[in-house]
Amino acid sequence: MRIFDPHIHMTSRTTDDYERMAAAGVRALVEPAFWLGQPRTNAGSFTDYFDALIGWEPFRAAQFGIRHHCTIGLNPKEANDPRCREVLGLLPRYLAKDGVVAVGELGYDSMTPEEDEVFAAQLAMAVAHELPALVHTPHRDKQRGTLRTLDVVKESGIAPGMVVVDHLNEVTVGSVAGSGCWMGFSIYPGTKMSPDRMAAVLREYGPERMLVNSAADWGRSDPLLTLATGQAMLAAGFTDDEVDRVLWRNPVEFYGQSGRLDLSPTDGQDAAFAGNSLARGGN
Amino acid sequence: MTGGQLADVLEGRVADPDWLADAVDRVARDPDAVAALFPAAGRRCGRGPLPDEALGRDAGPDAAPDPVGWTVDDAARVLLLTALPLHGTALAGQVDALYRYGSADEKRAVLRALPLLDLGSAGVDILHDALRTNDTRLVAAAVGPYARHLDDRMWRQAVLKCVFMEIPLTAVADLDRRADGELGRMLGDLADERRAAGRTIPADAGILLALIGDLPPAGGDGTADRTDEREGKAG
Repeated sequence: MRIFDPHIHMTSRTTDDYERMAAAGVRALVEPAFWLGQPRTNAGSFTDYFDALIGWEPFRAAQFGIRHHCTIGLNPKEANDPRCREVLGLLPRYLAKDGVVAVGELGYDSMTPEEDEVFAAQLAMAVAHELPALVHTPHRDKQRGTLRTLDVVKESGIAPGMVVVDHLNEVTVGSVAGSGCWMGFSIYPGTKMSPDRMAAVLREYGPERMLVNSAADWGRSDPLLTLATGQAMLAAGFTDDEVDRVLWRNPVEFYGQSGRLDLSPTDGQDAAFAGNSLARGGN
Repeated sequence: MTGGQLADVLEGRVADPDWLADAVDRVARDPDAVAALFPAAGRRCGRGPLPDEALGRDAGPDAAPDPVGWTVDDAARVLLLTALPLHGTALAGQVDALYRYGSADEKRAVLRALPLLDLGSAGVDILHDALRTNDTRLVAAAVGPYARHLDDRMWRQAVLKCVFMEIPLTAVADLDRRADGELGRMLGDLADERRAAGRTIPADAGILLALIGDLPPAGGDGTADRTDEREGKAG
């Protein structure tokens, strides 16, 4: 089973996870820029984080044969802090980068006027840079937030096929299915979807425009739940080809719209050096 | 190497040569255009390796996969930098910004361009930044010809860091001329520490140590083949 995880926060994960993911068949991933758990208070804190997403993290991933890409954006939670707003002016620098395959994560947290403004501004940047947009749906007031998200996407003029609306569930999938946007599902213990529920949603809606991710981060999460979902699909009677479509070809098609996906083999283990499981020097 | 020589090396190897010619022309007329063209060079020109002979480098028997080797996007980006119609602090400011906001590949290209630009020693802070990273591609690019601007203390630390990261010492410019007794002492101490842990130092470091220090040459105590070193690692 070859796996492309279209949404995973590797900055928050250990090297052991890379090893387990590679063994499970993960060959490529997208790491969206997001909230780090601790609120940031200035633009420099963001740019250092963005630099890691286009520098150190792809280097770390390549040592396990995994191609790392990212999305860059100002997340809605921190869009509410005026000290972080300056980041918007720095985004064009990053949206020009090779490894940046979308603008994101965008969307709503508390649905404030500030979030409206920053969301719309970044959708316009996606159009200007000919990049897809990764839009998450809020944890709270999800159903209403999803509908409002679709309205803003429509008003922005971005092609719906260039947008994935993420963290969907049985309640919110229907409205996105009819919008022409891609549908993202996070298989995340407790708060989001499970492998078996995901297989049931795929049975009902089919594999078209469907993306399945682990969204693994600093919370209680599991980077191997993409694999578990593939196994749940097989157990539910899906074919190998259908699993491959959902776990590989769909994310390649969606993020491939950026023109910047690099799925060539990495040097892999050749970059891991003696004495360390990770090349880092100086120890 | 000059911009003209780089253009010759790239002849027939660039995916979209019209894009590159146009990009060089635009940068020569409008230096601020480089901010968007510099990152795009990888996807427009390609990222394949350039043959070492074309660049006048002696690759040696164990060249690949080699963090020292140049790629098409490296050369294309360096070509863009050599086209900048800037001098002095204006040039240094533009180069600093490209490095500051660069991806790892872009940073590497800036490092490779430094000796070809009219910067004097103004780019040495960029080398210091690269040497603080733990990315083999950046560290290897930082010990090239421009490292002549590093003071001896920093230069020795950089060489030692290459040994730690198993970057081939062929990456280090002026090694024969600059290697001194103090570097020999540092390598000797490293070999002692490794020996105490049942480990060895890379073969090329062992040869260097034999030339400038006390230990016998490759094949003797304190040296080992790089492959053996990897297989025998402690994890």
